[in-house]
Parts: sequence; structure tokens; C-alpha cells
Amino acid sequence: MSLIHTLARLEATESGRAQPLATVRHRHLAERPLVFVPLTTAGEAGAPLGALVGTDRHAPRLLVVPQPRDRDLRFAFLTDLAEVVLPYVDGFAGDTETAERSTTDPESGKRVKVEVELCTDAPQLLVPSRAGLEFVRLLGRSMRFRRTAEQDPDTPYPAPARVPLLGRWLTHFGERARVPGSALLMAMTDLLSRHWAAGQSSLEDQHLGALLAWIDPPDGASGASAAREAELARDATGQLRCPPAGPATDPAFDNRLLAPAIERFDRARTALAAADDGVTADRRLAELTTAEREIRDLVASRTRPTWDAMWRGIDLLRGLPEAPRDGDRWTRDRWSYTGHRDRVLAGEPPQPRRDDAVTAANKLSARETAQARLEAQEALDDPLVMAGRRLSGEAFAGEVTEVAMAYSDSKRPSPRPLVTFRTADRPHLGERTKVFRDLAGKPQSAEFVGYADESEDAAAGAAGTGAGSSTVVLRLLDKMGRGKEPEAGSVPEPGERVCWTLFEHAPRGGPGLPEPEDTPWTHGGPPATAAEQPDRTTAEDVL
Amino acid sequence: MTTAEDRVNPAPEPFDPAAEAGRATDAILHDTLHGTSRGVVVDSPPGAGKSTLVVNAALRLAGAGRPLMIVAQTNAQVDDLVLRLAEKDPSLPVGRLHSSDPDPYDRALDDLEQVRKSAKAGDLAGLDVVISTAAKWAHVSGTDPWPHAIVDEAYQMRSDGLLAVAGLFERALFVGDPGQLDPFSIVGAEQWAGLSHDPSASAVTTLLAHNPQLPQHRLPVSWRLPASAAPLVSDAFYPYTRFRSGTDHGDRTLRFGVPSDGSGPDRVIDEAAMSGWGLLELPARHTPRTDPEAVRAVASVVRRLLDRGGATTSERTTDPVPLTADRIAVGTAHRDQAAAVRSALAELGVTGVTVDTANRLQGREYDVTVMLHPLSGRPDATAFHLETGRLCVLASRHRHACIVVCRAGVAELLDDHPSTEPVQLGVTVKFPDGWEAMQHTWDVWSNHRVPMRT
Repeated sequence: MSLIHTLARLEATESGRAQPLATVRHRHLAERPLVFVPLTTAGEAGAPLGALVGTDRHAPRLLVVPQPRDRDLRFAFLTDLAEVVLPYVDGFAGDTETAERSTTDPESGKRVKVEVELCTDAPQLLVPSRAGLEFVRLLGRSMRFRRTAEQDPDTPYPAPARVPLLGRWLTHFGERARVPGSALLMAMTDLLSRHWAAGQSSLEDQHLGALLAWIDPPDGASGASAAREAELARDATGQLRCPPAGPATDPAFDNRLLAPAIERFDRARTALAAADDGVTADRRLAELTTAEREIRDLVASRTRPTWDAMWRGIDLLRGLPEAPRDGDRWTRDRWSYTGHRDRVLAGEPPQPRRDDAVTAANKLSARETAQARLEAQEALDDPLVMAGRRLSGEAFAGEVTEVAMAYSDSKRPSPRPLVTFRTADRPHLGERTKVFRDLAGKPQSAEFVGYADESEDAAAGAAGTGAGSSTVVLRLLDKMGRGKEPEAGSVPEPGERVCWTLFEHAPRGGPGLPEPEDTPWTHGGPPATAAEQPDRTTAEDVL
Repeated sequence: MTTAEDRVNPAPEPFDPAAEAGRATDAILHDTLHGTSRGVVVDSPPGAGKSTLVVNAALRLAGAGRPLMIVAQTNAQVDDLVLRLAEKDPSLPVGRLHSSDPDPYDRALDDLEQVRKSAKAGDLAGLDVVISTAAKWAHVSGTDPWPHAIVDEAYQMRSDGLLAVAGLFERALFVGDPGQLDPFSIVGAEQWAGLSHDPSASAVTTLLAHNPQLPQHRLPVSWRLPASAAPLVSDAFYPYTRFRSGTDHGDRTLRFGVPSDGSGPDRVIDEAAMSGWGLLELPARHTPRTDPEAVRAVASVVRRLLDRGGATTSERTTDPVPLTADRIAVGTAHRDQAAAVRSALAELGVTGVTVDTANRLQGREYDVTVMLHPLSGRPDATAFHLETGRLCVLASRHRHACIVVCRAGVAELLDDHPSTEPVQLGVTVKFPDGWEAMQHTWDVWSNHRVPMRT
């Protein structure tokens, strides 16, 4: 946690209100996100109990598995989920623009530009918390290898038609969510805690109700007490007033309400199966319907508060202006979406269980680049974030006091002006440290030459002990045009205030890696190419 | 150098470091030059002559007419290797592949005629030895594979870094120190934990997971660490692959012309000069990372080291050598701590002393080091601060003495924070863990404790 972040948390604790960590919204928020509030059953990994899902805050679709251990009912739930999610996801597939993408020409081996389709917008899934992200991954994993009767007539328990496809999409969303700054699938608690610091630990921030209470407490209440209320308050029957955002449910709810309701449902179902005449069957069917409705009501009662909290969170985030560089990141999300759309259309097999060496290395490298890019973009977009970087010595803002013209030693001397700044920040500048500033959207680089008054400023400037300001001399290195004289506006003038960063503005990606089929001997050689088989059915799969 | 005769008539003395090291080196070179496996792995404790081995192996491979590429991790390491190769064999044509940034290599290389420098691998084709960083090699493509490679600091290289360059060579010698800092990634990589090709693991981990039959050697003697330090570093950080010091007690001395003034810094300097270790203990207190008192204590120890006219003797020289600023280093865990120490030193008028974090001190060697203990003043012991490699690097850079500056209370802090790293299936548990190494070193250093009187 950075110093400024710690300070914000302390101020939140003291004032009882969450403190802003950002002045703009650093994550893309779609116009029409799909909100997904899933619940899971205790005791079995990945057994959904129900969900509220939809794009209309006033009309969520309630999906319930009355007996979560029943595989047929689970498939019915997943089919219903696919009916909501897939049309939403597919809804963005048709609207495309033409974009250029560089690729290696298979014949010449050269990099060439090709025109490809890029979807103009992409779907966005929002879940309440990080556990929700994991649940999306788990659902994806549990579905994508399933076979439908159409794909494989011999499969013993064929999945409903669209379920494997839903699994592939959820897997894609879950994997994309691991890329820093991506917005195809996000957790509301992450979104909120990126923009506000509550006076509690980051672990406690994972409670959506408590986090919202800190950010937007009910009238007159302090955020701290509202958060405690959200976490702990129970009604007369011992149930939490603010049910956890899930997917795990409160044990008191499981034991006192859910388990008896499921048991009634089971009894009603057994009784219906045993009915031997039409009249009895009708009556018992009515009982079964009642039992099912009870469970539906229970699930609705636990998901609806979270559903409303999700939309409150969306409202709060929409109150922040969009960060200028967010569009760049969303474009990358659109590429990701378009890419997966194309893979599905091309009939490629589902994502493998485990990444091969090259895929894993490519993902890691892409995420590290994305992380560095995100950190740079957030700082450039937001003075409050930049303040944190300045405080930690990774950037400094200063006023130009002097500009002295100088030239490089080459045959055709280029301008290398020396610019002197007075700054109150204390950047970690070493010999010839490179620094960057934003010049009309492009980074201009300079190198640190020295402190103007070595004896006084070096000590004060280097870090920490001295107060006051120091005088930094930089040599500008580029973006001054080709001529002998720098282009107008490319050299800061005395009196101008400039913010320099020690980090790059557009970090480059790592080097290219071999193709998976060229995986070297050090990494086990090329991976097996055969498509993966679905998991075999075990005794535990058929209870 | 060992001969067949040595094996028939083993030396009567219990331990002859030169002979032991020679035997290990011979076995390594034999496997490298004549072995049949595609790789050879060499584990080297701190200062065990890793660079010497790399240079020797390079010369032997080049001498055998086998063109060679060398992969190091940083430009400083690459330049250092080029200079060492040139020193050993001035006639050997060496290629230095460098980046296209300004000032990509050490200017000293310009004085060497036999060293060709280029940013393009094609320009260096045909040279006996071509050296560059892993990052630069990763951008090379379209060349014929080299018959042989040496990968230096392979434990500090990430698995994905090796993946990018492994296609460039057919066989390789991997050399590195398993006790130093593991490579890290700035994003989570738990997703791949336990996979044999986890891209965030070290290159050697991945290599051995896929090729468990590769011959593994280790260098048994540390020439850097003095006899006072080798047993502790070996016990605490290499408990299953012990090593010895190449020198004995008394082979090296550190003496000061100016007597102690009785202050904490002077007394801890004397303790360290005598025993090889010194612990300057400040009163227990929770502090920010850049604890001003501890930083000041570090700076005054360095100031006094220089003021008291220190001189060292060692097996390398006959006459005492003055202890100068360039032979002293200060190591910290965090960059802001290093920056704070630098400015405190500047205030005391000290220049020329290296101050850096453990990450950047890896592979470097000094006569005396002063270390700000990673747990000093902390209210908690996180995985970062408990990392074995970090402490190992800080405690193994010196030839004569190491002075630890720390707030009291480390033992209690450790007791309060047993290590609780999540267990990942399929991941080999590293021994010793940082917690154990911290306890062990703290135990020993406590015997060299000097309280700081304020």
C-alpha cells in the first residue's frame, strides 16, 4: 500500500467516510453492463444455488436450483443462464469496424498489416466480489468441456445445447479479468476500492455492503457504524440484515431457512413420484410448486439486496468522469472479445485445462505490460494518483526556472537543451536517470544531469531528510523536431509547470516467444496437440 | 588442479579448498566438454568462483572450436564477463551484442581490439564467443543455433526468459546461485503454480522439472566469504548443500589505525573487525521504513569505518590494503531506505560508498558491508521481508566483515509471525524458509551485539 493510500485510509477512519483515491473513473463502465449475482451451495464446489442476472436494474432474472445437488436441475439452471448471458454476449458480435492488425505473413515471414474486423463495443459482466470472479471461472471450467448430444451422441450425460458455449465464454471472461486494467469482467468491490479508500482493511473491503456503507452511508450515519451494521446486524430471527454478496451464503441462512426448505422440496418431489392417481399427483404437484416457490423466494431475498447494491455502486462510479486513457484499455478489451468471437466461430476447441509453456509465458508477459501501462496511464490521467507517485519519489512536478540551449556532439548537432526546475518533490534521481513528460499525448524524455546547487540540494533532494525544495537540471532528449532549433512548444519555458515521471508512459511488451510447436527442450518440447477430452464421469458426479 | 594421482593418494589434510574446488571444476568442465546431456547445472554459493568458472568454460569451449553464446542477466554482468575474458585471453575474438539505447555498454570495452560490438547478431556471426543479456538475446532470431551456450545467473533468470532464448542453442551450461533472490513478477502468477513450466519460476526450476536427468554440480568453496562468515551463511541458507570458506581464520585481518572512541558505531566496528560479524542494536521501536535513527546509525558506522584508517590483509596481497570507500557497501531491503542512507551519507560528507537494495547488490563483492536488517523496526514480518534470498544476499557480500544495524525485538517479531505462505500443490517447498533463516542468523548475530547508546 502506498503512503498516500495509507493516508487516505487513516483519514477515512478519522472522518468516518471513505476518502477518494481517484478524481476520474479508471475502469471502463459499459452503458449496459450485465450484472450477475450468483449464490453457491455450501458443501459442494461450484454447485450453484441461484442467481440474479440481467441488464435492467428493475427487472433482474431470478434463476434458482431448488435442489443444488440434482444434476438435471443444475443443467436447467445453466441452460437458463445461457439464455440470458449468451444473447447479451452475442449482441455485440455483429457490430464491427475495420481495423489494422500486424501479423506475420506465412510465406515471406515478414510483418504485414492486414485488415480485420473489430467489434465496436464489447459485453461487460459485473459481479459483486472477487469470490464472484472465481465463481465465474469455476462455472466456466465446469461447463466448457461438456459435450452436447449433438457433438457426441454417445456421451452418457449430454449437456444442453448452449451450455458448453457458455462455459467457454465464462472462461474467457474469467481469464481476461486477470489482465490488469481490463473491464470485460470486474468485481464491484475491486471497482469501488480502486476509487475510494474506506477506513478498514482491504480484506474487509471485500464485503460489498460494508464498503458501500463507508462510501455512501445512510443520511446522518457515519460510514464506520454503517459498515459495522452491514457486516453484523441481524434481525429477530438471527438472519443478517445485509446478506453477504456471495457466492457463499451465511451459515445461519443455510441452516435455519435454506436446508429445511430444500428438505420440504425433496419430500414433495418424492411424494409426487410416488403418487399413483391423477388427483393425488395434482395435489402433490401443487405442494412441490409451493416448496419450489419458497426456495425461489429465499434466494431472491438474499440476492436482491446485493443486486441493488451493485446498481448503487454503478451509480457512484458513473458519478466520476471517465479517465481519458480508459478508451485505450477498452479497445484492448474489444480486441479480446473479437478474438474469442472469432475462435468460437472458427470451431476451435475449448480453452485447454492448463496453459502450455508458451501460452503461459505470453500471458504473463502481456499482463506485466498491462500492469505497467495501467499504472502509468492512471498516473497521467489523474493528479491524485500522480501525487502518490510523486510522494514515493517516482515523479516530480516543478517550475522551470531556466532554459539553456545546448547541442549534441554528433556531426549534425541536435538540440539538447538544459532545463532547470525548482521542485518541492523528492524524486529518486540517480546519474543519468531517464525521466518522461507528457507532450501533447506523446512522451518526451530527458535525462537527469544533476542538482543545480550540489552541496545543499543533493542531500535534501535525494530523499527525505531535508525540507524545502531542490533544483533539478534535466537535459531534453527528443520530440524537438529534426531541425537545429527545437520546434515551438517542445521546450518548456521559464515559469511553466511540468510534471516528470521516472516511469515510462507506454511500456513496451516483452520479446516475442517461440510458437507452441517450437517449445524448446528446456521447457519440455512441443505440447500435445490433440484436443482435450471432457472429464470422465465419476461416481461423485451422479449422486 | 587435481590429477589422477590425487585420487589414488588422497591428501592427508582434512580439507584442501583449492583441491576440492579444482575437482569440482574439472568434473563440470568434463561434463560440459565431453558429456552427452544437453545441459549441465552448476550451483554456486556466494563467491565460489562462478565467474571464473564461466570464463574458464568459455575459453575451453572456444579452444575446442565450439562457437559459444553467453547469456547473462544484466549489462554490468555482461561487460564484466567480457573484461574477464579479455584479461584471460587477449587474442580471443569476442562479440558484445548490445541494445540500441545510448551508452549500451561499458566504455572500457572500446579499448579492447578483439571485442567487436554491435546491436545486430548478424554482425557478430563467426566470432568464437558472443555475449549479451537474456533480454537482448530474446530479440535475436533467424540465426543458426549455437552449438553451445553458457547461461550465467540462471537462478535469477525467469523461466519465460529462458523460453525466449532456449531456441538459440543446442546445449548449455547453467550456472547460478540458488540461495539468492528468486525472480519475481509484478502480477500474480498463482494460476500456473505447480506447473512444470510455470513462467514465473526460475529458469533452473523449469529446466530440471523437464530434464531431471541432467548432471548437477556444485562448487564447494567460497573464496569470498571469510572463515568467520562461511559457516553461518552455509548453515542458514544452504543447509543441504554446505560449502566451506577457501581461507582460514587468520588468513584475513581488518585493523584500524584510530582507536575506538567508545561509541556504539566504534565498538561494533571493533567487534566486526575481530569476529567478522557485528550487530549494532537500537532500542526496540516500531518505525517507518526509512527509520531516521537507524539510517543515521548506518551512516555513522560507514563514516567511522572510513575515518578510523582501516586496512585489510588477505591471501591476495602481502601488504595491508587501505579500506577505502569503494570497498564498502550498504545494503537495504527497500529503495527508499537506500535513498535515505545515501542522503544521510551525503550529509556526513561520505562519497563513493555503494548503497543499494539486495536486488542490485547480487553478484557484487566488498570488503566490509553494512546492512540495515530487513525486519528492523517493523510491526510485522511479511513474505517480502522474510524472503531467504534477500537476507542471504545482504549477509554474503563481504570479504572481511559485515555489520548489521537493527532495532531490538527481531526474535519476538519472528515468534509473532510464523511463516504462513499458502501451500501450492506441485511446488517444491524451498528449504530453509525465510523464517528459519532469520532465526538462525539472528541467533548468531546476537552474540556479536553492541547496543547503540544514544
